[in-house]
Amino acid sequence: MAIRFDKLGVVIAAIAAYGAVVAPFATFRANRIVAGEPRSILEALPQWSGAALLAILGAAALVALLKTPLALRLAASVVVLTSLALLIGVAGAHLTPEGNSFARVSAASGFWLLIFAFTLLLADGLTRLQLSPVGRVAVLAVAAAAVWLLLASGAWNDLSLLKEYTNRADSFWNEASRHVTLALGSLVGAVAVGLPLGILCHRVDWLRDGVLNVLNIVQTIPSIALFGILIAPLGWVAANVPGAAAIGIRGIGVAPAFVALFLYSLLPVVANTVVGLAGVPRAANEAARGMGMTDWQRLRGVEFPLAFPVILTGIRIVLVQNIGLATIAALIGGGGFGVFVFQGVGQTAMDLVLLGAVPTVALAFAAAIILDAVIEMAAKGRPVAEAA
Amino acid sequence: MIEIEHVTKRYGDVAVVDDVSMVIEPRTVTVIVGTSGSGKTTLLRMINRLVEPTSGTIRLDGVDNRTVPGPQLRRSIGYAIQGHGLFPHRTVAQNIATVPSLLGWDAGRIRARVDELLSLFQLDPAAFGARYPHELSGGQQQRVGVARALAAEPNVLLMDEPFGALDPIIRTKAQEDLLAIQRRFGTTIILVTHDMEEAVHLGDRIAVMDAGRLIQYAIPAEILARPANDFVETLVGASDRPFKLLSLGAVRDAVEPGEAEGAAIGDEATQRDALAELLWSGRAAMPVTDDEGRALGRVTVNGLVKRAARPA
Repeated sequence: MAIRFDKLGVVIAAIAAYGAVVAPFATFRANRIVAGEPRSILEALPQWSGAALLAILGAAALVALLKTPLALRLAASVVVLTSLALLIGVAGAHLTPEGNSFARVSAASGFWLLIFAFTLLLADGLTRLQLSPVGRVAVLAVAAAAVWLLLASGAWNDLSLLKEYTNRADSFWNEASRHVTLALGSLVGAVAVGLPLGILCHRVDWLRDGVLNVLNIVQTIPSIALFGILIAPLGWVAANVPGAAAIGIRGIGVAPAFVALFLYSLLPVVANTVVGLAGVPRAANEAARGMGMTDWQRLRGVEFPLAFPVILTGIRIVLVQNIGLATIAALIGGGGFGVFVFQGVGQTAMDLVLLGAVPTVALAFAAAIILDAVIEMAAKGRPVAEAA
Repeated sequence: MIEIEHVTKRYGDVAVVDDVSMVIEPRTVTVIVGTSGSGKTTLLRMINRLVEPTSGTIRLDGVDNRTVPGPQLRRSIGYAIQGHGLFPHRTVAQNIATVPSLLGWDAGRIRARVDELLSLFQLDPAAFGARYPHELSGGQQQRVGVARALAAEPNVLLMDEPFGALDPIIRTKAQEDLLAIQRRFGTTIILVTHDMEEAVHLGDRIAVMDAGRLIQYAIPAEILARPANDFVETLVGASDRPFKLLSLGAVRDAVEPGEAEGAAIGDEATQRDALAELLWSGRAAMPVTDDEGRALGRVTVNGLVKRAARPA
């Protein structure tokens, strides 16, 4: 039997080879802001474990490279990802000199490349499995539980990222809840306003182009500029509207961040509502009217359910976009994970930047998977393609 | 009875329906025929007020249809359209239950009615009730569309090119089903089509429309025999109007005493079918039997040809 290569596997194996052999596995720094010294896998891991990791990586890369059964590919990726997750913690403990609380060990480019390569293998395998929406959410839950277990077990406690966390444990959870509140709150606001606005745009022709154009323009304003634009009106509101200042409305801080995220969210919600409603089959609408449904009954019973998957897609775009965008709220004192990112940039402490960036990415990723699953379930049993 | 009196609909300066008056008798099938843009659909849609007339009145059983709120009026009138217009996100049973639900029928009564209609349209309630429209064939979708229109037992059923999207074989079947159901429920049906063949086949009376005006409103034989103008004549089609005329009569009415050789024809068949069979089999006469197989006499080519001539 001739040996056959997997196309994606070639890429994965190449990345893995570079990540394992050429790029450093971990970085050691004498303190948190000096330049780091690279450490290879064999240097970073104690005794036999470095060699063992290299052996596992070699075997898994081979599994990826050749055309192999799906189960084997999935197993290889899970084994590698688990080993990497555990051993980076071991490297932290191994490289940190005994009793030294200033030295920092963090994952380096080789580690991240390996994670990327085998996540690619895992994702490719999961895609080929064609999991149901519930199945995909379940996989996400298992992955989240595994990460939580590693965090709780203390296996990563010697890594720089976790040391940064330990120093800021209280503010981390404050900023986390602020971040989620900003992202979700502005989404809720955008849906509450955007949905009726979208319905209105669908029904009133002359309104549609105007509203969508204005929202398009809003979307193109850079966030920093939008914050600047908002300072004056919000400051005026705080000074002149009784009670406004008491509930936290100010020229800078949470209020402008919230308003900016809300404005950015409106376009996807309104546009998808309009597109979704326009996609409702004409004959279904005509029949609904002809059978004596009132406008409200038709909207609730026919148009909205048929447009719902498209509207949900807009909500998914908004949520993922908002989770990312909420980071910049920190620029104007709005809080959120961006606080760590900008502090880290200011202190040239990359691990502090990661403390803000990694949870943001993880949140956005989880939100995307969950909402995709919800969209697929909402569209179930309906011939969405037939709508045209 | 539906009385349409001097009804006009203008969009700007254009009269889409121009001063149309007609009376539609209860328990009959009236077919409105015309080319596209003749105003036939607009006229139909003014009956259930999907379109409001610019002037004129429409009375249903003596009641001006403007005295009833639009949605409430439409719930009392069946409505079926081309391409069925079924709700893709609702099951067949839920689709049929649309108007009864709007009227607030209780669940048991709705279920009974849905099952009754599905059976009537030769769709097994247990197998089809829970399916979604996209899981049905075109003919089945069309039948569900008509069943949905009849769900709340309306006295009047409006149909806008209901068979337009069907292939010829399924269309013939659907037309037969419609006539059977009309006889069973005695529903007053007003059907819009551009197909004169369909009009002659289904209509007790035919209304021909052109450029918004009602050109001729008469029984099919009259339309065929004495078209009001060149337009109607073109629509009827000069080349096959004798055959259309024959298609209006049953063999029963053309039976002559005597005997004939060969396969017999049932007395329910149309005279057109009988003539076609005679010409095709090269015979001058064929025996006629009733539905129990008893010989009634015969039909002859000569006899049928006389019947196909323009009536005096």
